[in-house]
Amino acid sequence: MTDGATIGRLAELLRALPPAPRGWVEAAQHLPLVQHELDEIVARAEADAAFREALVADLESALAQAGLRVEPRLVDALRRRLAAG
Amino acid sequence: MLPDAELVRRCRDGDALAWGELVERFSRYVYAIVVQGYRLRDHDAEDVFQDVFAKAYENLGRLRDDGALRPWLAQLTRNACIDRLRSAPREEASEDVEPPGVDDTLALLDDALAVREALAALSDDCREILDRFFALDESYRTIGGELGIPSGTVASRISRCLEYLRKEFLGRKQEAAASGEVQ
Repeated sequence: MTDGATIGRLAELLRALPPAPRGWVEAAQHLPLVQHELDEIVARAEADAAFREALVADLESALAQAGLRVEPRLVDALRRRLAAG
Repeated sequence: MLPDAELVRRCRDGDALAWGELVERFSRYVYAIVVQGYRLRDHDAEDVFQDVFAKAYENLGRLRDDGALRPWLAQLTRNACIDRLRSAPREEASEDVEPPGVDDTLALLDDALAVREALAALSDDCREILDRFFALDESYRTIGGELGIPSGTVASRISRCLEYLRKEFLGRKQEAAASGEVQ
């Protein structure tokens, strides 16, 4: 926009950025928490062979039995971490 | 408002509040690229949105210029959208999965983000009324009801706040031009 920064153009630009769905934003904001949980689970799996075997056999059940959150993105991220060794 | 570079530095230091602010600041921008630029919908749009912020979180340490957060996020988002479009089954094989006009849309969104930065410098009242009317598409009546002001006053207040925004935005453009920045 040059010095012809008209009110109409400003209105168009304000309309161009509606908010993202609140749930999406909050999920992204919780990433550090998820990462922290992930680190703790991986550390426990490294220290506890039985827990690791249970995770590999049935990830969701092992997390639930251990009283941990079974949240899809956490499960997916954990699955990737475990697969990476 | 913290400069982007300072926000990045705090995120790198493990400041969860700074990360929350970073997501808040850029969520509309990333969302608009995904939905308006690449026309992804529903689960695809949500997955890409989350992937972009997950990659940003994991790779903040690799960002060479902390002040270049916006273009970096834009590129992460473009790449994630293209990956998603390439993975989708298509009737016709084509290398080019980008929708027509995507570059123009992204240029518009860059300008829109600059306007939002100027908006952040206005009073809370102006920020709220302009956001409700333009970004949330609320009617005068709804806004009047929510803010406890007569509907007839809403229009004049929007007009006044737009003028403040115009001055703020132009002031920033002139400052950027004087300091040699490209905006």
